[in-house]
Amino acid sequence: MSIQIENVTLPNGLKVFLKEIHTSPIISHWVWYRVGSRYETAGKTGISHWVEHMQFKGTPTFPAGVLDRAISRDGGLWNAFTHLDWTTFFETMPAAKIDLSLQLESDRMVNSLFDATEVESERTVIISEREGNENNPLFKLEESMQMAAFAHHPYRNEVIGNLADLKSITRDDLYQHYRTYYNPSNAIVAIAGDFKIDEMARKIEAYYAPLQAVSVPDMVDLREPALHKEERIEVSGPGETTYLELTWRSPAAGEEDFFGLSVLDSLLTGPSSLNMFGGGGISNKTSRLYRALVEKELAISINGSVQATIDPYLYGIIITVRPDSTPDKVLNVLDGEINKLMETRVPEEEIQRAVKQARALFAYGSENITNQAFWMGYSEMFAHYAWFENYVKSLQAVTPDQLMSIAKKYLAPQHRVIGIYHPEVAA
Amino acid sequence: MTAPLMTNPSIPGAHDIHRLELPNGITLLVRSNFNSSSVSISGILGAGSQLDPKQKLGLAHFTSLALMRGTGNADFQSIFERLESAGASLGFGASVHNTSVAGRSLAEDLPMLIDTMADCLLNPVFPEEYFERLKSQLLTGLAIRAQDTAEMSSLTFDKLLFPDHPYGVPEDGYPETIMCINRQDLVDFHAHHYSPRNMVMVVVGAVKPQDAFALFAERLSTWNNQHPQKIEKFPAADLPPKTRREDVYLAEKSQTDIVMGSLGPRRSAPEYLAALVGNNILGQFGMMGRIGDAVREKAGLAYYASTSINSWIECGSWEVSAGVNPVNTEKAIRLIIDELERFRNETVLPTELEDSQANFIGRLPLSLESNSGVANAILNLERFNLGLDYLQQYPELIRSVTAVQILDAAQKYLHPQRLVIATAGPSLDKGKTA
Repeated sequence: MSIQIENVTLPNGLKVFLKEIHTSPIISHWVWYRVGSRYETAGKTGISHWVEHMQFKGTPTFPAGVLDRAISRDGGLWNAFTHLDWTTFFETMPAAKIDLSLQLESDRMVNSLFDATEVESERTVIISEREGNENNPLFKLEESMQMAAFAHHPYRNEVIGNLADLKSITRDDLYQHYRTYYNPSNAIVAIAGDFKIDEMARKIEAYYAPLQAVSVPDMVDLREPALHKEERIEVSGPGETTYLELTWRSPAAGEEDFFGLSVLDSLLTGPSSLNMFGGGGISNKTSRLYRALVEKELAISINGSVQATIDPYLYGIIITVRPDSTPDKVLNVLDGEINKLMETRVPEEEIQRAVKQARALFAYGSENITNQAFWMGYSEMFAHYAWFENYVKSLQAVTPDQLMSIAKKYLAPQHRVIGIYHPEVAA
Repeated sequence: MTAPLMTNPSIPGAHDIHRLELPNGITLLVRSNFNSSSVSISGILGAGSQLDPKQKLGLAHFTSLALMRGTGNADFQSIFERLESAGASLGFGASVHNTSVAGRSLAEDLPMLIDTMADCLLNPVFPEEYFERLKSQLLTGLAIRAQDTAEMSSLTFDKLLFPDHPYGVPEDGYPETIMCINRQDLVDFHAHHYSPRNMVMVVVGAVKPQDAFALFAERLSTWNNQHPQKIEKFPAADLPPKTRREDVYLAEKSQTDIVMGSLGPRRSAPEYLAALVGNNILGQFGMMGRIGDAVREKAGLAYYASTSINSWIECGSWEVSAGVNPVNTEKAIRLIIDELERFRNETVLPTELEDSQANFIGRLPLSLESNSGVANAILNLERFNLGLDYLQQYPELIRSVTAVQILDAAQKYLHPQRLVIATAGPSLDKGKTA
């Protein structure tokens, strides 16, 4: 498997990453834009996600309905995602068919039509998507917790946006957002698979080099420190199950502390996989909170999540409370485990265990060409590709003293938001 | 005279899948992939929920989850300490026909993974403490399921389509059936029904076939189970005489999930591939095919509206699923029925057929990117007796599907006046409660 990555920047600012992998006759092509909910303003939440949807609604060359069918006809796999810091579009194609993908992505980078009728049709589709999210009993709790965790930063808003904004955003708002952020100087192309670098570089030049760069407005520094006082939100709703969620401010992915927090998360809740493709993770039954809560019959399950972001975001733990237990009992034990991390040095072998788990997860992810292409662009969104290449080494460098210090700095109770979902008992 | 099949070296086939049958009935299949540093295992044995007593539905599933709660050689924490320290994963589950196992690890840890799997399979002790804990977890899972509109619409659909039939009940049971299960039931289920007869194990990854065979043979070749296994014949599954519908009301939901459809072909049916290609046209191709085009793209009613074919040993189902705002439920159902009528009354267009065939053929390598993807594909080859070269033949098989065959399959299975429709969501009538 080739590990060489070719990296070039075109005169229009487009950064291109290319990696030859000849294990299978396929190529995965990703285009990343530095735009997501982080770039949204009040009244326009959800606009980045909506623009992503509109990217499937036609250009003069690929009218609505033609684009996705063209990719499917060639046997391609395609999708798009909007997140806090980025929006990405990808196609994984049989190698001989990659030109279609290059043509399509370079075309819709600058030529999407944003037809008014399509905008209105997609408005209801996106509201439907939000309604599907709302069916999850925790969605509204988490939405409230996110808003409580940030006073001003756009990270406080859901990527899907709030309903009022989804009803009021206009076609011109969408088009303006698109023109502001979709251009080669604000994008990265990452391609991995069965090609020769020279040949692919010529294709990239042909499709993308003619596109004009547009400067993107500077972002005001909106980074927010951690909360000074614990926030607590309690909601109730149908069902029989009680949930307890906690979030704390987490370090940005580019900060050294990020790796220490990732190790802490591994110890507390089991390792998190950052792979988008690569199928599942590792169980967490020997994690500290599983042993303290599930084995002790206070909880049914526990899960933690760390996200790699440009600005400090949130580290979260969610616990399904046993019917014969209470959130406060669970919280009491959880606080005990966090205090242990603050007061007692973690044995070196536990850190090495977290390292091995990360190494295994990356090995699983690298089976998949689509996932390898994903990593080239993804890590550039908040850091550099070297971040991914050095991830396991960065975990390995974490020391027991650093873990204690990170636990004290980030996981103190005054820095957190607690959310509790109480089931209403049916009459 | 037809041209001989040209072997595609990147697609699994008889040229690189190694097969061995152990004397006790276990079939082993191995495909090496030294481009990765990991291995995946995937397997089945014939101990599924079809063997559950009616009042103890969920027993096969419960037993499969309890296998890893402790063995004669290792307790729960030791089992998971060994796995999680290596970054390995292993899990058991159950469906109607089978108990299944899946796992993966770095290549260097494959002996440990197989050791652990074999120990859990052969020597579980079902500790009482873990039995009770697992029961509580399962009951909470069922309580969560009862509030999930997608799950409840799917469950209700199965119940309506397959009344008094093993395919019509959930493998994880109901609260009242789980409550009836005691620890001895798990012991007995394992003792009577877990057997190497008809067991299949697949390994894909950075391992030589002979090494994988040796690892399995060492741990599993002496396993035997003399209990005769009596599998009840499945009742016949028929189309309903007229449309059956049930609406499940769940309070405080924003979206209604719809599952509607009919019977579908079993995996071995001659019309299976025609139905598969037809289904792609109907509700998958591009942005969810004709159904997606009608319900999402043109009417803007749904974020998702698509179709699926589920083909099992005995028969199958052909389903349309959509998530809509509750006020649009009837409109969405009518649009879907209109599309089913069209699909049933007119042959698909030549361009539609060619597009879908190209889609199936083109995406074959994509579905075989990962070790676990390949392992599951090989498991299906064995499970449905398709032959080791099926994937090599697949492009030609797909190309041979005709529009007339698709129409025949549509007319056989999809009768718009004899559908099953299930919805789950909030009631628009304030008087109706969950």
